[in-house]
Amino acid sequence: MMGYPISEEELHGYVDGELDAERRLEVEAYLKDHPEEAVRVRDFLAQNRAFHALYDSVLEEPLPRGMAQPKQPQFDVWVPRAAVAAVLLTVGAISGWFGNAAFQEATVPTNIASRAAVAHAVYAPETRHAVEVDAINEEHLVSWLSKRIGVTLKAPKLGEAGYSLVGGRLVPASSAPAAYFMYENRDGNRITLYVRARYQTEKKMSLRYRYQNGIGVFYWLDERLGYAVAGEMTQQELLLIAKLIQSDFND
Amino acid sequence: MTRVVTEKEALIVEQIPKLRRYARALTGNRAAADDLVQDCLERAWGRFHLWQPGSNMRAWMFTIMHNCFANTMRKNKHQRGLVPIEEWSAEAQIAPNQENSAELRGVAEMMRQLPTEQREVLLLIGLEEMTYAEVSEALEIPLGTVMSRLSRGRERLRALIAQPKAAGVRAVEE
Repeated sequence: MMGYPISEEELHGYVDGELDAERRLEVEAYLKDHPEEAVRVRDFLAQNRAFHALYDSVLEEPLPRGMAQPKQPQFDVWVPRAAVAAVLLTVGAISGWFGNAAFQEATVPTNIASRAAVAHAVYAPETRHAVEVDAINEEHLVSWLSKRIGVTLKAPKLGEAGYSLVGGRLVPASSAPAAYFMYENRDGNRITLYVRARYQTEKKMSLRYRYQNGIGVFYWLDERLGYAVAGEMTQQELLLIAKLIQSDFND
Repeated sequence: MTRVVTEKEALIVEQIPKLRRYARALTGNRAAADDLVQDCLERAWGRFHLWQPGSNMRAWMFTIMHNCFANTMRKNKHQRGLVPIEEWSAEAQIAPNQENSAELRGVAEMMRQLPTEQREVLLLIGLEEMTYAEVSEALEIPLGTVMSRLSRGRERLRALIAQPKAAGVRAVEE
């Protein structure tokens, strides 16, 4: 007996071995009665076999010289963490100093950094009400926030840094609302991104760093938007996340 | 010169053959694929301290691969990160005496015509045998988006393969 109708998703799930044994049998019974669907499934399986026939031999190819050698100095477990942090802070401070020197003339919207830090302090520790709309409804979240701040947004992807989207909310900026995204990693550490439309009086500005009350903030302005990403981590780690956000928004 | 690779580093190194296989299928070109893998590895070494032990290394490496590929595509927008069709099929590993070799060549060529986002999903699932949940993690897209790209991609590839050789023949004749 068929428990419930077979969906398109389940046909693919059958092809890719994502179904449990019982459901597999039900799909097989269904395919016997639906030859057209059976042909589709057969073709999908043939596609997968073709990919393997075409490209599996790459697995046997010797690696190009040097490909398997680590390219950058590794943060070995033997190096005391404090020493690593000190080096990173120095590097960060130097690059930050040059960064500042190059952009002394730009208007510095420090308020975006302090608003982001305050919002981070308020919302990041929240467990139950951290966000208004959670990541499951990302599409709705992004279109709602885009509409409210008047600029098309996206929730940047931060998986490379180990963070995934928790959700977002609307927060106040000086004269108009700002969009606010929250991310979390597996250890439960959170970072938050504050985005608002760029004011007409503001100029483009490259990355700046500010640290207040244990919260680090990188903030910058492009043609359309002002951004501030806040988190409790080393400056170097936060910088990497800021750059991921920049590159995602440039897509 | 060559130093011993640590246990942690070995986690990355053991992903390399599959990254290369995927990159070859994605770009259709040996040199472009290995450049992509090289980019991806450099990024991975640089971000290694951010990788959380116990989390899925394979999904993480493919996330980086996806981002590197997106960067490459952005840099040469008009090329769409692709190689000419004759190179594409020539790069596919088809032995001349292999059974169904014409059919396989057809699949390789038609894959080229799929939108990148569909090609990625088809290959991660069909070639790399990732679960739908892993693909959702690697590409940072909701499960529903994985399913709709998979479904649309497979159907489109099926239609492309089924159509008379017209498109392919025309490309050769022109």
